[in-house]
Amino acid sequence: MKKILFMFWLSLLSMPFTGIKGGAYLFGGILVSYGVYFLLANIYGRTKIPSVPVNTGLLMIALIIFSLLLPLFLSDYYTDVAVLAGIYIILALGVNVVLGSTGLLHLGFAAFYGIGAYSNALLTTNFGLGFWSALPLTLVITSAAGLLLSFPALRLRGDYLAIVTLGFGEIIRLVLNNWDSVTRGPNGISNVPSPFIMGFEVGSLMYFYYLVLGFVLLAAFIVNRVHRSRTGRAWLSIREDETAAEAMGVNTRKYKFMALTFGAFWAGLAGALFASKMHFVSPESFTFMESVFVVCMIILGGLGSIPGVLLGSLILVLLPELLREFQLYRMLALGVGLVLMMIFRPQGLIKIS
Amino acid sequence: MFLQQIINGLTVGGVYALIALGYTLVYGILELINFAHGEIYMIGAYLGIIFLGIFTASGLTQYSLFLSLSLTVIMSVIVCSAYGFTVEKLAYKPLRNAPRLNPLISAIGVSIFLQNYVMLTQGATDKVFPHVIPVTIIKFYNVTMTTLQIFIIIVSFFLMAGLHLFIMKTKTGKAMRAVAQDKVMASLLGINIDRIISVTFIIGSGLAAVAGLMVAMYYGLVNYSIGYMAGIKAFTAAVLGGIGSIPGAMIGGLVLGLIESLGASYLSSEYKDAYAFIILILILLVKPTGLLGKSEGQKP
Repeated sequence: MKKILFMFWLSLLSMPFTGIKGGAYLFGGILVSYGVYFLLANIYGRTKIPSVPVNTGLLMIALIIFSLLLPLFLSDYYTDVAVLAGIYIILALGVNVVLGSTGLLHLGFAAFYGIGAYSNALLTTNFGLGFWSALPLTLVITSAAGLLLSFPALRLRGDYLAIVTLGFGEIIRLVLNNWDSVTRGPNGISNVPSPFIMGFEVGSLMYFYYLVLGFVLLAAFIVNRVHRSRTGRAWLSIREDETAAEAMGVNTRKYKFMALTFGAFWAGLAGALFASKMHFVSPESFTFMESVFVVCMIILGGLGSIPGVLLGSLILVLLPELLREFQLYRMLALGVGLVLMMIFRPQGLIKIS
Repeated sequence: MFLQQIINGLTVGGVYALIALGYTLVYGILELINFAHGEIYMIGAYLGIIFLGIFTASGLTQYSLFLSLSLTVIMSVIVCSAYGFTVEKLAYKPLRNAPRLNPLISAIGVSIFLQNYVMLTQGATDKVFPHVIPVTIIKFYNVTMTTLQIFIIIVSFFLMAGLHLFIMKTKTGKAMRAVAQDKVMASLLGINIDRIISVTFIIGSGLAAVAGLMVAMYYGLVNYSIGYMAGIKAFTAAVLGGIGSIPGAMIGGLVLGLIESLGASYLSSEYKDAYAFIILILILLVKPTGLLGKSEGQKP
């Protein structure tokens, strides 16, 4: 009874926005979906979603073979989606180093993504560099930006860090938007060239897919190795308890520096790939929502787990494409999903042991 | 020119201060950056337009403008407080003992949800505040201001003073201060913590509703995305004054409003939104406790 009253309360609250009819529909909708949930819960009992044990070695090989063969069966449209998913995976791997492993809530990753994309676009269009000669420079610039931000960030903890990184992201976006003489403002930069490999242009989507796949594998491999190293363990110890880590002799300053710079590095790579795939960059692609979107991927998949990052990015990129009719409700569901996730399964879909 | 910008700055600053109070109240008690607070303010602005629209359509505004406006304010504040109350119950209460990152992410989720909920139900285009309030322009030497600006400044100061009295003089206010200092001790002394937290959210949301209404009147336009920027700026104001401190939030809001309007007229108006963030980063670097905040030491 109390629950029904609560549903009634919710629909009452929505009435100024949805109108009386909409509120009534909402009430019915919540009631029916709760009824369905109640029935299912009674039939299947209160089973918890099991933490999936992952036999990583075999699964990885199967996944790699699968993804190598994938574009042969996909239409151009879905290859395009897959390329985008790959770019997001690289970005999410970078954020995962900062948020998942080190536990620093960074809400300005879109800034590094944007710096990477703009560096690549500016270096290739203004200075006539190719993708490969611009790439090291792009990565250096993005990592330097990551290092720069870590100076203020290192002095702060928890919520304050989240807000400062958010502010940094917004400042970068505003600069990209207003520094007309260099970034051409809201119009963005077009005609970013495709990469060349041994004089051969990676123009078609399928070739670009393999290029991105290569980078994804490289990124996953390197991030995984670093995770298992002394550095990775130091990051984990900072996430679990910073004070204890410091007391045990972990140089927390140094390792936070490393995490932020390392994370920015991958975001820069993702940005460079994004710029040369789209052939166009504009400030609109690097908003706060983009940062939140990537954070969602990591939370959905499971903080700190690399298979989790892969799964989370794939779900959040593919699901909206598969459910195109419901596109309007995508962000609505994302918001509800975040809250529910935090309440019922904060460890994510794949939990690290 | 300078005096003109001071007036504009005080108007905007008063609004920032009202929103910042909501942040600071919640942070003082739960140590949570209530990311959804900006959205609550946006909902307040929309509610104002919706209710005034209803009253105008039903002929009440034509009958008595004062009655219609006061009813609009009362209804918006009530419904907006109800939103704040419900958000706390649904999204933050189950997470009260979780690690600190979790409620913050939950708050971001609420913020995304509310933004899109308003966009879906009210449309993505700007909403116009009905032109029912007569506005006279007052010229004073070379400074022009509207009666609305004076009204906003007076209302903000009035509400801030009222809140200060409420926190300092009433029993509930005393309980709020006690909970902010030490939750466990307060509950041992017989204070109902859940009730105090609910009261905090209700007061914060009510103030945000008033702020939203006044902004809707001042600019005449409301959009579903106004909450994000206003929320971040108000949070900056709260940090500027020292988060958790109520007079700090008031001063922080006014100072931020002044900096913004002076910066926009003397430096560059394109980067107007960036000033808040630059100030935020500088403050956290130089004096993380803000202007009036006390150092709490490192919390586990």
